[in-house]
Amino acid sequence: MSTPATTHFRAKEFRLGSFLFTGLTGAATFLILAILVVILTDVVIHGLPNLSWRFVSTIPKKDIFDPATTGILPMIVGTTIRVLLMTIFVLPVGVITAVYLTEYAPNTALLTRIIRAAVNNLAGVPSVVFGLFGLGFFINFVGKNLDAILHNGSQAWGQPSLIWASLTLAVMTLPVVIVATEESLKAVPPGLREASLALGATKLKTIVKIVLPQALPGILTGGILSISRAAGEVAPILFTGVAYYMSTLPTHLTDQFMDLGYDVFVLSTQSPNIDKTQPILYATVLVLLILTFALNIVAILIRSNMRRKMRLLQ
Amino acid sequence: MTQLMPEISLPKIVPAEARTGVPAGSQALISIENLSLYYGASKALKNISLTLGERVVTAFIGPSGCGKSTLLRCLNRMNDLIDNVRIEGAVKIGGHDIYDSAVDVIELRKRVGMVFQKSNPFPKSIFENVAYGLRLHGLKDQGSLAAAVEESLRGAALWDEVKDRLHASALGLSGGQQQRLCIARAIAIKPEIILMDEPASALDPIATARVEELILELKENFTIVIVTHNMQQAARISDFTAFFYIGELVEFDATAKVFTNPAKKQTEDYVTGRFG
Amino acid sequence: MGIHRGHNARPLEWLAEKGILVVSLTAIVMVFLIFAFVTREALPLLLGQMNSAARQAVIPVADLDKIPPEKLRAYLELTPEQFKAMDRDTKELLMQTKVDAAKEAPEDKDAGVNTTEWRYLLLPHQWTGYDRPSYIWQPVSTIKKYNLVPLIVGSIKATFVALLFAVPLALAAAIYVSQLSRPQYKEIIKPAIELLSGIPSVVVGFFALIVMATVLQKIFGYESRLNAFVAGIALGFAIIPVVFSIAEDSLTSVPRSFTQAALALGASRWQAAWQVVLPAALPGVFAAVVLGFGRAMGETMIVLLASGNASIMSWNLFDSTRTITATIAAEMGEVVAGGDHYRILFLIGAMLFVVTFFSNMAAVLVMDRLKKRLEGKT
Repeated sequence: MSTPATTHFRAKEFRLGSFLFTGLTGAATFLILAILVVILTDVVIHGLPNLSWRFVSTIPKKDIFDPATTGILPMIVGTTIRVLLMTIFVLPVGVITAVYLTEYAPNTALLTRIIRAAVNNLAGVPSVVFGLFGLGFFINFVGKNLDAILHNGSQAWGQPSLIWASLTLAVMTLPVVIVATEESLKAVPPGLREASLALGATKLKTIVKIVLPQALPGILTGGILSISRAAGEVAPILFTGVAYYMSTLPTHLTDQFMDLGYDVFVLSTQSPNIDKTQPILYATVLVLLILTFALNIVAILIRSNMRRKMRLLQ
Repeated sequence: MTQLMPEISLPKIVPAEARTGVPAGSQALISIENLSLYYGASKALKNISLTLGERVVTAFIGPSGCGKSTLLRCLNRMNDLIDNVRIEGAVKIGGHDIYDSAVDVIELRKRVGMVFQKSNPFPKSIFENVAYGLRLHGLKDQGSLAAAVEESLRGAALWDEVKDRLHASALGLSGGQQQRLCIARAIAIKPEIILMDEPASALDPIATARVEELILELKENFTIVIVTHNMQQAARISDFTAFFYIGELVEFDATAKVFTNPAKKQTEDYVTGRFG
Repeated sequence: MGIHRGHNARPLEWLAEKGILVVSLTAIVMVFLIFAFVTREALPLLLGQMNSAARQAVIPVADLDKIPPEKLRAYLELTPEQFKAMDRDTKELLMQTKVDAAKEAPEDKDAGVNTTEWRYLLLPHQWTGYDRPSYIWQPVSTIKKYNLVPLIVGSIKATFVALLFAVPLALAAAIYVSQLSRPQYKEIIKPAIELLSGIPSVVVGFFALIVMATVLQKIFGYESRLNAFVAGIALGFAIIPVVFSIAEDSLTSVPRSFTQAALALGASRWQAAWQVVLPAALPGVFAAVVLGFGRAMGETMIVLLASGNASIMSWNLFDSTRTITATIAAEMGEVVAGGDHYRILFLIGAMLFVVTFFSNMAAVLVMDRLKKRLEGKT
């Protein structure tokens, strides 16, 4: 009995191409992750020692460059308020639009495709153009006309302020909310809708009582992602309300505000003594990163939890 | 103890005419008149006419794609939800054409309930699932709700199994229990007609037998139309059977006749398993 | 006859559904408003109504009552409210100021030139004091120079470096994650790269300014510490997640049956990826690159911090550079509202919007065709 020549199906030669290709692409992936790690490590190493409760809770008296007296409380407050205001505007509009696209819009209709195209385009508009939009539309048109209508002589509304900056950011992050909400609406099993309709519920009631509660985690994810994105953006607020320095915290919708990201920019480029300022610059960056990352991680966790639950439901 | 494979038994009802499902001395409840349905350009239902009587179980049988589910969904206008669907002809329930423009679909669906192939309880508690339809149609008082929920769960032969955990999640029930919960949910709002689209096809034999038992009980108070691909099931529980093939109604008669002495050769080929 | 549910028995529902439709139009409305109102501020410039000449035609004070009020208002550079509120004596004073100023106008051959005309915005010009025709962007100067070419070149340079750096990396990583690595890794790598996109661009710019610029200068030894190259690499950090996620999605949406067919024929994993999957996903990869391009062109804070901001005309990647976005961001804070500098900034903003709008459309169209092709519809 003769044995066949090859019974083991093992590769005769070492496949160089395969190794190289996998190695190179793996190395590329590793490099990208390394970039992330390097940036984070650098910020944490240089920022953490300079982070203190005093720093985070102080309003700077005059000079934001002096490590001894400065603080970032107004920046934290400013960033937080503008982002919360934005959420009030963007969540309802975004969720309703997503509901329309998923539940009502006929897929082949021209209007549906135009709306989707518009959402896509909004997502691609440069952030500085949003700033120009905020200036040209909200401040110069809406604000100035509001002042004219109110006849009170003051120019309160025709100026850069919290309200216009927040509205500008709402327009900017609308696509984020719409996409996240649509994803979660699509994940609701159609059987649930059918069951509700077969019982004699109207479409609207079905959406409100059955579909939206199921989609809540996804909507939440969208909201959190939009907050995280808006918190870090500086260009849209440059002309729509951010201030270089304010001695008090903002209290009215027409107030200007300070901002963490803008502060990073100012400290980086306009400091009289960069070596002296560097510690507080790093600490500010660290706070900004903690804020955006915490939000991002929460959103990712909610989303993966939701996806896991969906798989169980199927 | 339910037998898993009971013998085919002869029905006690003698039909008045061959082409209607209306027992002698009884009223026609559903009258389908020259119904055709188009998905875009393709004709899925071809000129269907049949009459179904009150408080009987009518089965729609036929191979995959013959249109039986589509026809079922016409009876509560669930096909409205699909884009590009067009209807010709009429479907009359209690003498009124349900496709008339003056008909309120919501009211229609209160009176014609549906149970689906894949059980679809809401991700809520058992109680809330049954109460959902009741609340929809205006019942608010806690006491009445609780009484109505209990009545429905008893009617679906589920009460004893869940009475101690009414507020537990419905998703924790077994497949068969979930389907009986869906039945309870459907009968809670007291429809006249219950449409069932292959209600036991996703269930194991024991759960299937319980659902079939339930259908025979429900027959006393409801008119039931059931789509099934399981011929033995149709033979077991239905009074009248309609056999469909590629969108056409081939034969419609008392169940015993369709299964033991069908008028058409096609029907005979199908029920004896020569194709399908 | 389609059967629709809009029934009169439920007016509240009908109203709510119409309301939902109206709200959903917001996205469309916003895109229009953005284009309309950015262009609105630039419109007088586009229509040639602005005149930025250092020496303007002077109207003698005696002619105060002879010229039409609208012309006088424009000449005095007042808003309609200011003009109405002003009394005659003040107007006379303003006119006299203009006459005096004209006497001090620079003795420059270019003083009478309206530098907002298109030929000065785009073509080189020999300005006084320069030995040959040049492209100059120098808005703060006696003779204001508004040539856009240095800015456009600056944006192109930085974007070019960004794409050169980011696309191979992101694409390689996408291939690795989607086709070659173990599926468990995907669960960690994808969110990690998404986390990279969560770093605000001002932080990336800060990192480039403080850390990267020094390191890169040591390695490559060029003269300007901040230049298009540094900004481009930093821009690359920002667009890697964008290119990666879209490319990876495209690669993953190629049906597994293609890969399995190739493997069953004896191909190795990388051969299947390179020869079967990648070509099938090519439109999606292309779209990813186009979106990355749009993102890089539109990015502001990174270039503001890391590119050096010298608005000189040069194709050298290692020269200090100014981009369109950085110009808008840096100079808008100091312009006179309604003046020509203000309007030029809106103009380049509008141009930027148009460029990214079309590149976005192209990417979306390509993606749609890819989806249809994979579903077997074309």
